[in-house]
Amino acid sequence: MSENSLEVVREIEKVAHGIRRRVLQHTISNNGGYMSQACSAAELLSSLYVGILKFSAVGQPIDPPSFIGVPAVGPHTYQTGAQFHGEKRADLDRLISSPAHYALVIYAALIETGRLREDGLEHFNRDGSTVEMIGAEHSPGFETTTGSLAQALSQASGIALARKIRGESGRTWVFMSDGEFQEGQTYEALQAARFHGLSNLRVIVDVNRAQCDGPMDTVMTIEPLADRIKAFGWEVSVIDGHDITGILDASEKKTDVPHMILCYTDPVRGLPILANRAPVLHYLRFTSADERAQYEQAYQEMTK
Amino acid sequence: MSYEIVARPHQQNFIDWAKDKPEVLVLSADLTNSCEVGKWRDTYPDRFFSMGMAEQNMMGMAAGLAREGFEPWLHTFSVFLYRRPLDQLQMSIAYPALKVRLVGFLPGIMTPGGVTHQAIEDIAILRAIPNMTIFEVGDATEAQSVLDVAHDVQGPVYIRMLRGEVSRIFPVTEPFVFNRARILSTGTDITLITSGIATEEALRAVPLLQARGVSVTHLHVSTLKPFTDPQVVAALKSAKSGVITMENHSIIGGLGSAVAEVMAENGISAPLQRIGLKDTYAHGASQKFLMAEYELDAAALVKRVEVAVGRKLDIDESELQEQRSINVHSSAKVEAL
Repeated sequence: MSENSLEVVREIEKVAHGIRRRVLQHTISNNGGYMSQACSAAELLSSLYVGILKFSAVGQPIDPPSFIGVPAVGPHTYQTGAQFHGEKRADLDRLISSPAHYALVIYAALIETGRLREDGLEHFNRDGSTVEMIGAEHSPGFETTTGSLAQALSQASGIALARKIRGESGRTWVFMSDGEFQEGQTYEALQAARFHGLSNLRVIVDVNRAQCDGPMDTVMTIEPLADRIKAFGWEVSVIDGHDITGILDASEKKTDVPHMILCYTDPVRGLPILANRAPVLHYLRFTSADERAQYEQAYQEMTK
Repeated sequence: MSYEIVARPHQQNFIDWAKDKPEVLVLSADLTNSCEVGKWRDTYPDRFFSMGMAEQNMMGMAAGLAREGFEPWLHTFSVFLYRRPLDQLQMSIAYPALKVRLVGFLPGIMTPGGVTHQAIEDIAILRAIPNMTIFEVGDATEAQSVLDVAHDVQGPVYIRMLRGEVSRIFPVTEPFVFNRARILSTGTDITLITSGIATEEALRAVPLLQARGVSVTHLHVSTLKPFTDPQVVAALKSAKSGVITMENHSIIGGLGSAVAEVMAENGISAPLQRIGLKDTYAHGASQKFLMAEYELDAAALVKRVEVAVGRKLDIDESELQEQRSINVHSSAKVEAL
C-alpha cells in the first residue's frame, strides 16, 4: 500500500456505502431489485472503479443514451456502454462485467464515481432506455452482451489476446459471479487463457455463495473453487471481499499467468434485515407493507 | 463431362490470400489438418491460435479478437460450429454483428463420421439468426474465391466449405459473386435450383434431361443468406412444369425452404419438389452410398423431373454413370476425418 492509500480506502468506503444506499433506495421505490448483489459486491466494485482500474475520466457524468437499435451488419461503430469507462487506449485498463443482472449495482457504482448522471437510475427498466434491468452492451458500464452467463470470460480473453498481440500495457479485467463456475464454458476459458499466456487478464469474482434457487451448496457446489482454478495453472488470491485493503493488495499482484481474485462475500453485508429472506436472496421484492416499512427504516438509518 | 480435380483447393490459396492481411487470424479446434490449415499454421505461427476441443470458448475468444479489429477465421467441421456453441455464436458473435468467419468443412452427408459429424440442419438454424451471412461453395473456384467475398462482409459469415479433391466446375475467371446465382442452363419446363455438391450431381442429369426434350433452367446458388437475388425470382417465374431444389441438407429450413418463401412472397404458383434429407438423420457411410440411400443423387433428380413433366424419360442408371465426371463420389475414396 502506498502513502496516499488511506485516502483511497476512505473514498472506496464512501462509494461502497453509496452503492448500497442507492440500490436500496431504488429497490424500495420500485418494489424490487437485486439488493443482495449490492450488499456482496459493493466493496469489490468500488475498489475496482476507484482504486484499481486505470480508466480515463469522462468529464461530466454522462446522460444515459436512449436505445437506438441493436447492432447491425456494417462498419463497427456501435456505441457501447464502455463510453462510461472513458477512452479506449493501449495503456488503459478495460472492464468486462459478466453477471449482467448486477446491472443496477454497476449503474450505482458509475453514479457514485461520477461517470453516470445522478438521475440515471430514473431510466432503469423503462421502455426505450439503455439502463436495462439485465445489462447488454448498450447499457452503461457494459461493453459486451453477457446476460447468458459465463460468456464474458471468453470474450475478455479474446480482447486480452488481441491486446497481447499488439503489445498493449493495459490490463483486461473481468468481473464475475460465482454461479458462473457451474457453467462448462468457464473452464474452457480458464484452460485457454492459461495456454495462451494471458498474463494481462485479471478476474475478480463475487463469491457470495448465493444464486437464483438459493444457497449454492444446495443447488450445485463449486468448491473447492480456489483449488479448481489453481489446477488450471492460474494464480489465485482468496480474500475477504469486504476488506478493501485486501482487494487492493491482491490487485497489485505481479504474475506471469492469468490472475483470479476470489472475493468471499456476505450477501447481506450492510443490510442485516435482508437475512430474514434467507435462504433465497437473489431478488428482493417486498411481500407486505410491513416488510417494505422495515426496509424504509433501514434506508433512513443508512442515510444518517 | 469431366472436370479438373483440384487437390486441397483451400490449403495454399488461403496462405497466399492471407499474406498481406495481418488482421486475418486462424482459430482451430483440433481439426487443423482436416481443415487444410496445417500449412497455414506453419507459415503464420503468430497468427494461428489453437483453441483445443472447446468450441464455446473459441466463439467468445473470436468475438473478443473481432471487437479489437482482428478478423478471426474459425476452422473446424461444420457441425461443431453451431450445434454445441449455438448460444455463444448468437450472443457473443451474431448479436454484436462481429467480423468472425466460420469456415465449416464436411457439411451434410459428406462425412462418413455419422450423425454426430453430419451438419444437416446448419443452414436452417443459421438462416434464422439475425446478422448472419451464409455461403455454400460448389466447386474449387468457389472454395478459393469465397475468401474475398467473405472478407468484404461487415458481419459474421458462415461458409459451407469443400476440401480434399474438389472438381473445378466454374472457370477461375468467374469467381464467387455475393448474392448472385450462376445460370448454368436455361429452359422453360423445369427450374432447377441447386447448391453445394448437389450442383455437380445435378449436372450429371441435366444434359440427359435436355436430350429427352425437357428444357431446364438450372441455377447454382452459393449465397443462402441473404436470399434476394432477382435472377432467382425470374427463373422461378419461368417454370412451366415445376420447380425442383436440390441440396445436401434437410429439406426443412435450407435452400428448398428459402425458395418456397420466395415463391410464396412473389405469388409464383408452381409445384415445388425439394430434394434433400427428408426430415431424417443419416448415418456413417460413404458419400456416394448416402446420396443414393437418401435420394440426393442424379437418379433422384431424374425421378422428380419425371413427376413434374408427367412422363417417363427412360434414363438408365448406366447413362448417369457415364456422366460421372470423376471419382469423387466413388466408394473407393472414403473421406478421412
